[in-house]
Amino acid sequence: MTAPPATPPAEPAEPAAGAVVLCLPDPAATDRLGAWLAARLGAGDVLLLDGPLGSGKTHLARALIGARRAAAGLPREDVPSPSFTLVQTYDDGAGGIWHADLYRLHGPPEVAELGLADAFGAALCLVEWPDRLGGLAPRDALRLRLAHLPPGAGEGRRAELAAPHPRHAPLLAALAAAAGAIAGS
Amino acid sequence: MDRTPIFLGLETSCDDTAAAVVRAPAGDGAGPGEVMASVVLGQAELHAAFGGVVPEIAARAHAEKLDLAVEAALGRAGVGLRDLDGIAVTSGPGLIGGLLAGVMLARGLAAATGLPLVGVNHLAAHALTPRLTDGIAFPYLLLLVSGGHAQFLAVEGPGSFRRLGGTIDDAPGEAFDKVAKLLGLPQPGGPAVEACAAAGRAGRFALPRPLLDRPGCELSFSGLKTAVLRARDATVAAAGGLAAADVADLAAGFQAAVVEVLAEKTRRALALAPAPVLAVAGGVAANRAVRAALQAAATAAGARFVAPPPALCTDNGAIVAWAGIERWRAGLADPADLVARPRWPLDAGAPALVGGGRRGAKG
Repeated sequence: MTAPPATPPAEPAEPAAGAVVLCLPDPAATDRLGAWLAARLGAGDVLLLDGPLGSGKTHLARALIGARRAAAGLPREDVPSPSFTLVQTYDDGAGGIWHADLYRLHGPPEVAELGLADAFGAALCLVEWPDRLGGLAPRDALRLRLAHLPPGAGEGRRAELAAPHPRHAPLLAALAAAAGAIAGS
Repeated sequence: MDRTPIFLGLETSCDDTAAAVVRAPAGDGAGPGEVMASVVLGQAELHAAFGGVVPEIAARAHAEKLDLAVEAALGRAGVGLRDLDGIAVTSGPGLIGGLLAGVMLARGLAAATGLPLVGVNHLAAHALTPRLTDGIAFPYLLLLVSGGHAQFLAVEGPGSFRRLGGTIDDAPGEAFDKVAKLLGLPQPGGPAVEACAAAGRAGRFALPRPLLDRPGCELSFSGLKTAVLRARDATVAAAGGLAAADVADLAAGFQAAVVEVLAEKTRRALALAPAPVLAVAGGVAANRAVRAALQAAATAAGARFVAPPPALCTDNGAIVAWAGIERWRAGLADPADLVARPRWPLDAGAPALVGGGRRGAKG
């Protein structure tokens, strides 16, 4: 039972092997990345959202959920932060979306109580603070790391999508090709 | 009936496990009601681990504690099940596990005793609290500001709420907690930031006033949190560290921004839906600067300001019992197969907020 680590000023880590790095200069670019992922992910996919407080994790989840609902012809719905409720679920016309924030949890047993492990493989799961998952993280999960740019480098964000499982290789290739359009350059 | 009705209220929608016994006012008056006993379990763990709130996510944990809470509430109130006139339970919105624990116990109690069963919306329970404590009449304007919620509601009846606006991203209580985290202050963040802000200069850091430039009552706190982070990092980069005075100034600047936004949006809500009373509910209402600013906004609009005591502003069973009494008197009791509703907007007819969270500040 330890407190979550304090959030140091972001210092982008070395990209994971095979990961795609994007520049998100403004909130609109984060929206575009969310919409891009919304069109390519679906039931059974797990997207882990890593990054310090204020790096845009909830913002990206909001954009992704909004885009999927819009594509399914569903009305716009508020997407509140799940920090206090831990999980919010949404209809997306397919397997549904689970938006979870594990910030307040302490480890895998509590995640199991939440029912999140059961949702993996059935719904599209967006998981903030995924370090609390421990060994419960699916092996074919996608991991998106968001980071602030260093102080003085502007308000933008750096995004890095890693997908260790080979089934996501085409997705990473497509994202690399779309990086410029998403960044708005 | 030769005596006033008594309700048991159960609350398990989020972190706390709570039960309470509330006696209705005589006749069919608006109140105030009498809180005969209110038991909230879960507070003892509040200082553990994450430093703030330990979530009671497990249905089992709620179920284990709820029996004890009910027993204690009935004992302290000096009544037995046979003295009750109804069972009220929070049936949504919230975490499904907790909601199920409460709803199943309430259904069992209602089936065993033959008492009416009333499912209560958690937000409605908060919204009706000023009638329990102060007996105010409909309609009134309510600002609910807590760790998980921020919304302006025109309260027009026991089951009639019109949402005027709310947050498009984070709730203000969440922003206080996360800013406390960013500044290295203890949890829960509300009291810590308020205490720290007392010694700070609010004007030193230029922090945004989110959505103040847009019409209406929508709120946003996520971008403000990020702005505090930016200011912190800039200060650390320039000075090589964060002095106590820097932390105090950042806390003061953040609190001033929250206060200014809440006060201005409250003025707009009062202009949109003029009401004789402005009431506030939720844990953030315990912040003295917020309270003072809302009081001033109410006075300027010629409205009375009502703020229930903090113990009834946070989650508890008494406000659920009260909302149950109100709904029961309005003929709104539920069937025996009441179900939990994890998602349950108070104003189901309202469209998603303008922006719908998509145009908000960064999260």
